[in-house]
This record gives sequence, structure tokens and C-alpha cells, in this order.
Amino acid sequence: MKLKLILPFVLFVIVMGFLAKGLFLDPREVPSPLIGKPAPTFTASVLSDASKNFSTADMKGKVWLLNVWASWCAACREEHPLLLEMRQHDLPLYGLAYKDTDTEANAVLKQMGNPYIETATDASGKIGIDYGVYGVPETYIIDKTGVIRYKQIGPITPAALRDKILPLLKALEK
Amino acid sequence: MTRVTKICLASVLWFSISIASAAQIAEDPQLEARLKALSAELRCLVCQNTTLADSDAALAEDLRNEIRTLMREGKSDEEITAYLVERYGDFVRYRPPVNANTALLWFGPFIMLLIGGITLVIILRKRANQPNMKASESIEDEQ
Repeated sequence: MKLKLILPFVLFVIVMGFLAKGLFLDPREVPSPLIGKPAPTFTASVLSDASKNFSTADMKGKVWLLNVWASWCAACREEHPLLLEMRQHDLPLYGLAYKDTDTEANAVLKQMGNPYIETATDASGKIGIDYGVYGVPETYIIDKTGVIRYKQIGPITPAALRDKILPLLKALEK
Repeated sequence: MTRVTKICLASVLWFSISIASAAQIAEDPQLEARLKALSAELRCLVCQNTTLADSDAALAEDLRNEIRTLMREGKSDEEITAYLVERYGDFVRYRPPVNANTALLWFGPFIMLLIGGITLVIILRKRANQPNMKASESIEDEQ
């Protein structure tokens, strides 16, 4: 029986296939259930000027990026130079200062440069909960109709920017 | 900062945390009991092998407060779980629901058992159909 000899080998290859795939998965990454769904709406005060408000309603008709960050977050500082570069290329980057004080968040922007068109504040973390934020930095791409199209968990990498974010922004702008 | 100061600071911090939760329990013991039972079924997203009840992460504290608010608003446990699943996905539940994504997880073991059972039956029938395979008899014959 040839089959009897081959079968264990075939099973072995199948199991190896699953294990190999498993090696390259990030077990900490929680796929967002919000992709393809309308972005939660919020109105919050603006970091640079607390008397002004930022509202998601004002963003209707625009493709934009929402970068959730905080002054206490080390990975956000790692990401910062890339954000500044993105801003130089006129990407519609908006910030959300998550569980942060205005003073400290402003100090970081002053020290490292401000990559955001505007930054909304979320001192209580309530907006973060609505967006399913569980580890900053996180970045959302929201399309013209206000639907979340992409979520980057953790710092944006040059590879993610080149292969996912830029092509998606281009497609959404059409 | 010396080591002693660090230890002192840590114990003060720890003490204030215990005071905070003790005060909350005293305020509404029934709600805290319900919160404890529900959050033991939910996963903390920061330290992912910890339940929301046991986690000291800042997000877990925020989520517990959010659950307290929802409970005070009169939301049922199911509604609160749905609220969290809407934001963080099924991953927050320690008991995965039965749906298309988790079908293999739920029914996979039974499928394996079935395959094993069928294989066993096939092998046993094959043996029964081979008359000369009874080892003891053949040895006896030789003697």
C-alpha cells in the first residue's frame, strides 16, 4: 500500500504548514471589529487651543488619518520622525492625545515637532475605548463617508506606510 | 532616588490603590460583585493572559469604570459584553461564541474524534476478516 507510506508524510507537511504560518502571526494583535464600520463620532477640545473644538462631523467628505498617541508612550516617540515625514508630504494627519495632560502633550510637540494638522484631546480615555484602542500608538484611516478602512496597531513602520497606508490613501482619494 | 524611597513610594501607591477599590466596594457591594463576576469572563487587552478583573493595567481600570457606569445605567451583562465586543472584537471574551469563525474551534475536536473512531473501526474489521492473524493460536499450532 503506497498510500499508507505517503499519508503520514502528507499529514506532517500539513501540520508543518500550519505551524510555519503560526510563527509569522502576531498573537498580540487584536483584529479590529471596527474596520468597515462608521468611525465613532466625537467632539473634543483641541490641544493647541482648548477653547476650540475638533469634531469628526467636520471631517465628512475628507480622507484622514487619526493617530492616537500620548506623551507617556515610548513607542510614539519612535514613530514620531516618520509622522513628521508624512506631514511633510501633506498627508491628512490628525492626532488624538490619549489619556494625557495638555501641558505634557504640548511639551512633546514643542520639543519634537508637530506632525498633526490638529490634535484632539481625550484626557479620560473615553474616545479611546470607543475606538477600541488598547495600546498606543494606533492609527486609523477614515474615508470620505466616515468609515474606518484601516487600523495600524503599534507604530507605523516604513513598510506599512509604503505597502498599505499610501496605496489605500491613494485609492480612497479617488 | 534611593531604593528605600522607591519602596516607600510603591507601598504608598499600592495602599492608595487598595483604598480606592475598598471605597468602591463599600459604596455599592452588589454592583462590585456583579462587576467582579462579569470582568472575570473578559480579557484584558493589555496583558492578554489576564482577565479584566485581575489586571492592573490602566486600560483595564478604565474599562472596569466604564462597566460600572453601564451597570448603573441598568445595562444587562449581555449588553455590556456586546458593548465591549463591538469595540474590541470577540477576543475580549474568554468564552468564544459559536459562529462561522470559531466553528473549527468548537467542532474540530469532535471531527478528530470521529476520524479516529472511523479509523479504529476500519482497522478492527480488517483484523477480524483475516482468519490467520490470531497470534496465540498460531503459536499453539507450532508447539
